[in-house]
Amino acid sequence: MKLTPVLSAHWDEHESWTIDAYSRHDGYAAVDKAFAMGPDAVITAVKDSGLRGRGGAGFPTGTKWSFIPQDNPKPKYLVVNADESEPGTCKDVPLMMANPHVLVEGVIIASYAIRAHKAFIYCRGEVVHVLRRLQAAVAEAYAAGHLGTDIHGSGYDLDVVVHAGAGAYICGEETALLDSLEGRRGQPRLRPPFPAVAGLYASPTVVNNVESIASVPAIINRGVEWFSSFGTEKSKGWTLYSLSGHVKNPGQFEAPLGITLRELLDLAGGMREGSELKFWTPGGSSTPILTAEHLDVPLDYEGVGAAGSMLGTKALQCFDQTTCVVRAVLRWTEFYQHESCGKCTPCREGTYWMVRILARLEAGHGTDEDIDTLLDTCDNIFGRSFCALGDGAVSPIQSGIKYFQDEFLAHRTHGGCPFDATASTAWAAPSSRAVNA
Amino acid sequence: MPISDQTRSEAAEVIARYPQKRSALLPLLHLVQSDEGFVSPDGIAFCAEVLDLTKAEVGAVATFYTMYKRKPSGTYSVGVCTNTLCAVMGGDAILAELEAHTGLHHGETSDDGVVELEHIECNAACDYAPVVMVNWEFFDNQTPESAKQIVDDLREGKDVVPTRGAAKVCTLKEVSRVLAGFTDGRAKEGVAAGPASLVGLKLAQQRGDTA
Repeated sequence: MKLTPVLSAHWDEHESWTIDAYSRHDGYAAVDKAFAMGPDAVITAVKDSGLRGRGGAGFPTGTKWSFIPQDNPKPKYLVVNADESEPGTCKDVPLMMANPHVLVEGVIIASYAIRAHKAFIYCRGEVVHVLRRLQAAVAEAYAAGHLGTDIHGSGYDLDVVVHAGAGAYICGEETALLDSLEGRRGQPRLRPPFPAVAGLYASPTVVNNVESIASVPAIINRGVEWFSSFGTEKSKGWTLYSLSGHVKNPGQFEAPLGITLRELLDLAGGMREGSELKFWTPGGSSTPILTAEHLDVPLDYEGVGAAGSMLGTKALQCFDQTTCVVRAVLRWTEFYQHESCGKCTPCREGTYWMVRILARLEAGHGTDEDIDTLLDTCDNIFGRSFCALGDGAVSPIQSGIKYFQDEFLAHRTHGGCPFDATASTAWAAPSSRAVNA
Repeated sequence: MPISDQTRSEAAEVIARYPQKRSALLPLLHLVQSDEGFVSPDGIAFCAEVLDLTKAEVGAVATFYTMYKRKPSGTYSVGVCTNTLCAVMGGDAILAELEAHTGLHHGETSDDGVVELEHIECNAACDYAPVVMVNWEFFDNQTPESAKQIVDDLREGKDVVPTRGAAKVCTLKEVSRVLAGFTDGRAKEGVAAGPASLVGLKLAQQRGDTA
């Protein structure tokens, strides 16, 4: 399958983040096209393109926009979720660093479509240079007349605010993000009402991922049919796949939906020398791990779902035979414990106890019941909390035990971790890898 | 410590960005941190005063988010990613070496007040693992040696240069101003993209692949 750089097509150009660089490639031309189409036609086009949310859930973007009740007299808001924090996920940050203007242009078109006059880009705080590039891009867009009042003489007004978070994974959850943007602790809300009906300030609000919004200008510029000619039947278009871990050339690969990990690994030069793929996440740590038997699974929403996982954020973290599954699962569980907002009891208490059990198992002090207790705890967390953090927290544990139960047991018989942690480091000599093979 | 006049006037600018003023709370907490180096009781009282909130309401928010320091901390926060992928790729070893090298543990600051050592969660740079962040600037593909060099340079007063970021790492106070939404004019510094971000693009160019 061929690569399809669109969002990433000009990242290698001189000062690609500037409005001058963006203007060399039809920058802000899609805004005029959208204005000529009218807001309803823009929503229809995005619906027809088949674009689905690139932040993990895969909800159709145009459909989300169409849920905004236009008879509601309150102001409408667009909020861009730029709180990229899902472990393994590293696509929006390089996108905003190298080409923030494609996001700003997408924000204008999306806001126009839903009739919003105020939009927020909520970017995680821990990436200060990304915030600088976003701030500069918004300032340049105002100066060039792409933002502000009477944009391009259309009579349409839009203000955009770049808002920095302050360190909380949970704010990537859309309703927690809205609470955070309202100046509160980032805790998810009960739905319904959904943000489309009562979102920011209880007003109709669309929350979209960075990559989803950044995909819109190309769809408007080059057409619905062009976009939907890429991808698979129900997962249209191209997207950013992020390869990381024990691969020879990790990085960003923009390709049509439905490419396989086998194809992507070929493009990335394969696993590093002496390495074999042991397990991988298709879309961040909240998506159940898969193994080498899943190398030919089409990486689209349906394909990965059928394999028992989720496409998620397309964050392909690849681990080789030197990696201890128990260590990996424990570390992810510690993350979920740390990031649980504490609102819902099953998630708050469950993640705490699962960390204790996993730590005991990893140290070789597990009991006969520990694996059953873990799986039972997972059952009591999954589907029993306000948001998906709890659901995500059980993914590594359930899938880790499903594919590698023997390894959990081996820690007991071995009296601790049977792996040499130094062999998995980036600087380990290839000869050290045979030890665990 | 009293809140500076500059912070008082800038607070009004922050509040004006939002349709409802409570939305200004996170940037205002970054702003008071830029003034004092941490979020002090005075900083909390100031945010409460300008937003018509109680100090308890502001404190509840300030303590929820990990980026707000609740006590005076280092001029430079050195954060080692120890989420699974970075940990496995060497983050755990880097943190252990830095702990041994500095005698500091998570959340502790060196006696000279220069460096605070932290372990951090995934910072969205997994294709550059293992990653170290210094005041939220990227230091990609680190080793124990390179990380120790960063800490030594910081403590000797030398500028340190992120892999993808500004021309030098700014102080925590300076960075907090950017987080509060005030530009420092450094957006033009540094690279557009690091090598891993360009792997797929370069390959597409070699193969003649286009969309």
